[in-house]
Amino acid sequence: MKLTLKVWRQKNSNSEGKLVAYDLDGISPDSSFLEMLDILNETLIERGEEPVAFDHDCREGICGMCSLVINGIPHGHERQTTVCQLHMRHFKDGQTVTIEPWRSKPLPVIKDLIVDRTALEKIQQAGGFVSISTGGVPDANATPIPKQVADVAMDAAACIGCGACVAACKNASAMLFMSAKVSQLNRLPQGKVEKDRRVLAMVKTHDELGFGNCTNFGECQAVCPKGITLDHIAKLNRDYAVASFKNIFGGVK
Amino acid sequence: MKSIVRLVTSSVGKKYLMALSGFILSGFVLGHMCGNLQVFLPPHWINSYAHHLQSMPYGLLWVVRAVMLSAVAIHAATAIVLFKENKAARPEAYRKDATVRASKASRTMIVSGLIILFFIIFHIFHYTVKNMYGLDQLMINDLGHGPLEHPVPNVYAVMYMGFSVWYVALFYIVAVFMLCQHLSHGVASIFQSLGLRNEIWRYRLEKLALAYGWIVFLGFASIPVAVLLDFYLGVPIFDKSTFIEVYEQAKNCAGAIQ
Ligand code: HEM
Ligand code: FES
Repeated sequence: MKLTLKVWRQKNSNSEGKLVAYDLDGISPDSSFLEMLDILNETLIERGEEPVAFDHDCREGICGMCSLVINGIPHGHERQTTVCQLHMRHFKDGQTVTIEPWRSKPLPVIKDLIVDRTALEKIQQAGGFVSISTGGVPDANATPIPKQVADVAMDAAACIGCGACVAACKNASAMLFMSAKVSQLNRLPQGKVEKDRRVLAMVKTHDELGFGNCTNFGECQAVCPKGITLDHIAKLNRDYAVASFKNIFGGVK
Repeated sequence: MKSIVRLVTSSVGKKYLMALSGFILSGFVLGHMCGNLQVFLPPHWINSYAHHLQSMPYGLLWVVRAVMLSAVAIHAATAIVLFKENKAARPEAYRKDATVRASKASRTMIVSGLIILFFIIFHIFHYTVKNMYGLDQLMINDLGHGPLEHPVPNVYAVMYMGFSVWYVALFYIVAVFMLCQHLSHGVASIFQSLGLRNEIWRYRLEKLALAYGWIVFLGFASIPVAVLLDFYLGVPIFDKSTFIEVYEQAKNCAGAIQ
């Protein structure tokens, strides 16, 4: 396959970036998108140029490191697919492919296509945990959880924290990411105890970090590689209302 | 107090403000449309309806006006804050931008909203304020039950004469089309913002919102369209007998221009 790539090149977070065009030939339709970029980098190194910096780790769709906006869509146009699981057969021979980093103020570009996702960690640290004293392993089913609840919590737990929702959102809101964490933990008996405190703290942190506000576009759900739905945002919105009212009347410590 | 401020200044809190004020406005718009459609009935229907609204006891009219004005103020102010914050959250735009699912209506809420805001201001001056001071002198002293002691505004005539100015009618139609777009996203959005929908209801509510938007559009737009047809093309839709002199005068002026 022959391709024209337009890749975002940016030296560091302080410098201006720009799109640079590269022609690439002989790409197998069976190679993954990241393998295609590896080939690009090999040719760049051979030519003595600086290789393109991009994030990746597991290359099997579970770590959430790979983070490219391909032709305007985070993780590319295939549904529920991370970039590492996207294959070149989904592109046309001779196509021009534009590759950009996630773009949002709270997730600044470090270099080329790599962004700093610390802000997502900060949201997680604000409430995405359960404070229980650990001890011996409890008996299986000692805490009964209805199947429906466990299923929905599991759906939310599928979030790999890649940040595609932020990248896709026209408002650069991290609402889908945050809601997955809130929904997962607030539904389960172990997490319910801290439900109000969690949602208040996470939303506060989210806002302070400079993420945008959700206006219900649904772009996040459309690009989420793990199929997290707006249902979780609805759950967050409900829980936040309840927590805020309790907070106003002094009920949240 | 601090916790209330925290609620309404948070990202999720602002969604509640948008949703609750949007809910009040959307409900009002439907009621307003039903009221207006009485213009297609004999003149005394809409005139007595308006008279009854004007003479509600306990200053209820001002209560309703205060609620509506605060809803618009809260809605518009929050919208502008949201717009600014959301722009700031993405300082550098994508060189190649794409949209997977967000509707055009949802992406242009601020545009349709600002046009509606401009329209609301114009509209209030055009009808309410003028009417309040009887500037139009389009009064009537019969609401279908014989002569009245004091004449009341002839709302039927005011509506007709207002829309007989073609560019006013056109602006009105454009504004209600914007409203249609606004509602086709907004009405479904209310439920999401308040956390009251799920994967099954989302698609149902989106259809409902679209229908709501179009019903409101057709209901409101039908009036200026009918007036234009009646006034310029002579299609006999309205009963001009209660304001025949004003009508003839306007007709002569329009004729003179043509
Ligand atoms: C009769 C007038 C209006 C009606 C019936 C109306 C209705 C609505 C509704 C139902 C929503 C959805 C709220 C939600 O997301 O939960 C909405 C959102 C919105 N409205 Fe209005 N609105 C009106 C006037 C305005 C005005 C005057 C402005 C502008 C300044 C405006 C700007 C917006 C914006 C930007 C949104 C999107 C915000 C978001 O989704 O979070 N609207 N409107
Ligand atoms: S590299 Fe791990 S998900 Fe793509």
